Amino acid sequence: MKNLLSAADLTRESAIEILDIAEGMAGVNDRDIKKLPTLRGKTVVNLFFEDSTRTRISFELAEKRLSADVINFTAKGSSVSKGESLKDTAQTLEAMGADAVVIRHPSSGAAQILAHSGWIQGSIINAGDGTHEHPTQALLDAYTIRKRFHGSDSVGKGLDGMKVAIVGDILHSRVARSNLLLLNSLGAEIHFVAPPTLLPSNPSNLNAELHFSLDQTLGEVDLDVVMMLRIQSERMNASYFPSEREYSRIWGFNANRLSMLKDSAIVMHPGPMNRGLEIDAVTADSKQSTVLEQVTNGVSVRMAVLYALLSGERNSDVI
Amino acid sequence: MGVSTRTVLSSEDIDRAVTRIAHEILEANTALQKSGTKNLVILGIPTRGVWLAERIASVISRAEPDADMANILGRLDITMYRDDLTTNPTRTITETQIPKQGIDDKVVVLVDDVLFSGRTIRAALDALGEYGRPRAVKLAVLVDRGHRELPIRADFVGKNLPTAREERINVNLSETDSQNAVVIES
Repeated sequence: MKNLLSAADLTRESAIEILDIAEGMAGVNDRDIKKLPTLRGKTVVNLFFEDSTRTRISFELAEKRLSADVINFTAKGSSVSKGESLKDTAQTLEAMGADAVVIRHPSSGAAQILAHSGWIQGSIINAGDGTHEHPTQALLDAYTIRKRFHGSDSVGKGLDGMKVAIVGDILHSRVARSNLLLLNSLGAEIHFVAPPTLLPSNPSNLNAELHFSLDQTLGEVDLDVVMMLRIQSERMNASYFPSEREYSRIWGFNANRLSMLKDSAIVMHPGPMNRGLEIDAVTADSKQSTVLEQVTNGVSVRMAVLYALLSGERNSDVI
Repeated sequence: MGVSTRTVLSSEDIDRAVTRIAHEILEANTALQKSGTKNLVILGIPTRGVWLAERIASVISRAEPDADMANILGRLDITMYRDDLTTNPTRTITETQIPKQGIDDKVVVLVDDVLFSGRTIRAALDALGEYGRPRAVKLAVLVDRGHRELPIRADFVGKNLPTAREERINVNLSETDSQNAVVIES
């Protein structure tokens, strides 16, 4: 595998392999010297055209723990603000000899263009493109679910039969799309719970069950995982719901709804959270919330992805 | 199809070699430190070194009543320290388990099935450095087949087996394979 552009690129086997590698990486993150020599001499560029805290820091940490040389590029403060195009930026990086580019971009498909245009020879990792995909987030979510439910003997396992509800702004969410694809290949059952205005216009070709009421879903489906999505006000240029107060009352996850879940169920959020809007403080800080675990696991999973893409024979399809 | 196989170590031979290595380790350890097995750590290198290390540790714990398997035995994954990561297909990594007592100031014995180029052991020494500073590092292998590419030598050897470079040595252990045997394919 050369690039990671979409969660659809991952078969069940290759996804499980990456998660298994991540288990090994997690051991490194627990010891005193958190460093492996694996990517010594490789240059990785973090190309961020959109703001990010978690993903960028997590990738940077993962790259540094594998001893890669890291270059951080943010659109603010670079020649992009002088009007340089993606193509010219990419070719500049190529001329400097980047072995891998981690890209986040507000336009859907930016990572695909970079991978297939021939502007860059190195590996491309999609760290979120517009409202399209965010495959490493899906991998770390899958890792977190697997770890919570299978504990120390999770190696080699999928998420078969797991019931996962993804709640909120499905329409704008790249996290929802990548999770749908990946969790489906791992054998989980996906339920999308959202107001009709926040669902894609043609949801029938999504391999998920649709629900239009959160309370009804919590009552009817024996859920293992509830994944809350952030309301992305920066992508909302029309009114998708009447008011924030109404949204939080009908769709927000609160202590009341938490008590409707079984004790073993977990509540996830990709961050950043809008506390009081889609998730309340009681839920976010409860034992069933995995928000911080997701951040921790993100580093191990991204180390695994970088290892899988950057080691191994060039141009081979084996992971 | 032109592949001939020859068994060089039978199940009994392997048992005898393991027992002998275990006693040699004990002897060498006593010469190095007076504290006995308390400061001895045996680390298997995946995959088959792990099973050999387990067998050696169990012989030791039978011979020395005060030896505690959990305190002695561990495993060390060296995948990420290899020098051929960019030329060979990607390998999966496995878990590393270092005994609770750590490896600082201990006598560490690395255990692997076959000693060939010496590159695996070089990687293991690098990996070991990340976990602490042992008092001494020793190497035990079931088969030494020669063709070293680095200045590395084993302290405890089950069998020295002169081979041609193209031949393949397959170590089969009942923990992962159907039998206990060392087979040469040529």
